[in-house]
Amino acid sequence: MAIDTELPRASQNAWQQLLASQAFWVTIFVFLIPVAMTVVEPSFSAAFWKEDNFFNVTRNFAFIAIMALGQVAVIITGGIDLSVGSVLAVSGIVLGLLMSNDYSFAFSAIVAILAGIICGLFNGYLISYLRLSAFVVTLGMLSIGRSLALAISNNKFFYKFGHDQHILIELGGGKTFGIANPVLVLVALTLLMGFVFRYTTWGRHLYAIGGNEHAARLTGVPVDRMKVSVYVLSGFMTAVSAILTVGWLGSVTNGLGIGYELRVIASTVIGGTNLAGGEGGAYAAFIGAALIEVIRNSLLLAGVDPYWQGTFVGLFIIFAVLLERIRGRKVN
Amino acid sequence: MAVLELKGISKHFGAIEALSNVDFTLERGEIVGLMGDNGAGKSTLVKIIAGNFPPSAGEILLEGKPVHFHKPVDARAAGIEVVYQDLALCNNLTASANVFLAREKKRGFGPFRILDDGAMNARSRELFAELKSETRPADTVRMMSGGQRQAVAIARTHLSQAKIVLMDEPTAAISVRQVHEVLELLRRLREQGIAVVLISHRMPDVFTVSDRIVVLRRGHKVADKPIGQSSPEEVTGLITGAIRAA
Repeated sequence: MAIDTELPRASQNAWQQLLASQAFWVTIFVFLIPVAMTVVEPSFSAAFWKEDNFFNVTRNFAFIAIMALGQVAVIITGGIDLSVGSVLAVSGIVLGLLMSNDYSFAFSAIVAILAGIICGLFNGYLISYLRLSAFVVTLGMLSIGRSLALAISNNKFFYKFGHDQHILIELGGGKTFGIANPVLVLVALTLLMGFVFRYTTWGRHLYAIGGNEHAARLTGVPVDRMKVSVYVLSGFMTAVSAILTVGWLGSVTNGLGIGYELRVIASTVIGGTNLAGGEGGAYAAFIGAALIEVIRNSLLLAGVDPYWQGTFVGLFIIFAVLLERIRGRKVN
Repeated sequence: MAVLELKGISKHFGAIEALSNVDFTLERGEIVGLMGDNGAGKSTLVKIIAGNFPPSAGEILLEGKPVHFHKPVDARAAGIEVVYQDLALCNNLTASANVFLAREKKRGFGPFRILDDGAMNARSRELFAELKSETRPADTVRMMSGGQRQAVAIARTHLSQAKIVLMDEPTAAISVRQVHEVLELLRRLREQGIAVVLISHRMPDVFTVSDRIVVLRRGHKVADKPIGQSSPEEVTGLITGAIRAA
């Protein structure tokens, strides 16, 4: 999987290409921040560089990054999906409700994923075929999803998951080869999506739609179907994340994922995805989410009041968009 | 035999008669300049040929056979390509990705078919060479000059072995030097036996490359003659209505 977020140009050498990519700089930042913190505050290093903390950091960002993998596809086409936080709750509640009624993990997980896909279909259909703005439709879905989660759960809190509870808890909270399971899922999905974006017709058409939707339509790209597919993908990824999140937390409430849409979108943007469409990739989603978590974790360990976290994340989003603007100016 | 023949084409939108009883023929390897003022019916005629909408009356013959296009895809399948004024290119993709957009070459088998960028770049390189353009297949379109962009748009029509290429104002928004480049591209198409309809407001361009000129005014064809028998002055008169017909 390439580090760059654009399709490669043969006439640019690999090194220039690397330096021009935001994902590359973000990757450096991800490693530089803890190093800098260690230099400034030696006591910090003891806490940060512990294996436990590494485990926590990677696991914490996996949930957001998996959602960001779907979001990035949406944003590449020039759309946006604001509903992911609520869809996470819908899928999580569906999973919790079924498992607490002693349905098998496999069945409950499939239904939870279907719930995510249905939310995505709803978004995608209205956006593609009724030509409504993605912002408005997914904002509507943000409200609908949250209310559905409340209605389905009847405002109950699920923490007993029937006979398959151990599978769910192991999947979300356990580890394999010392790496948290959600992280393994994330790595697998990132590699898969990186490949799909780069090497399939579907991926190529995503970029085409983001670059010039009208042109894509004229040349025969099935724009409407493609757009439905990205919202469905976003719903799917969100549902996968929901299953892992519930397994990790060991419980689920209808408040799951409140405000996550911002963190998910921030991850893609920080990784170098252009909100106007046409640019971005799987690695951008991955590394953007990693950076947010590293910053969050570092601030926490450095003793900064957690109330300030939102401020830092917000500033980073603005900074990332500013950086994108500066890079854009250089190109044109 | 004419590659394209339109007989008695009329098109009305409600009470507005955009085209009335227009005959139009196009031979292989011929560049026809289609001129007329705004609203004269040029775009309507082009859109009918390109399959955007059917005519209200009249017949379209492609290589002698009647055809009925319902969508642009039908016309493209029959060998009619349009190069739009805005070129319909994706700036974020490479030249070759644009040429092959929605017609990508793939390799592998079954569901494991992946994009074959190597083959697409190689074929694009050939197409650009045929057009004598220096466009490089792996360059991003965003970085290209107006002339190179035109080459990409034209190479796209070439890929499908088009018989007819409709060019909508190709020289409207580019520099003088690039105009020259584009007109050269049109000549290359003609050499390869492709029929070109050049829709343009720019009199010098039409007179430089066209073999024949067709003038529309208020939905009627008012002139259809070899370029050598006309002059810019006459065409201006025909467009404005100072000369009734020629």
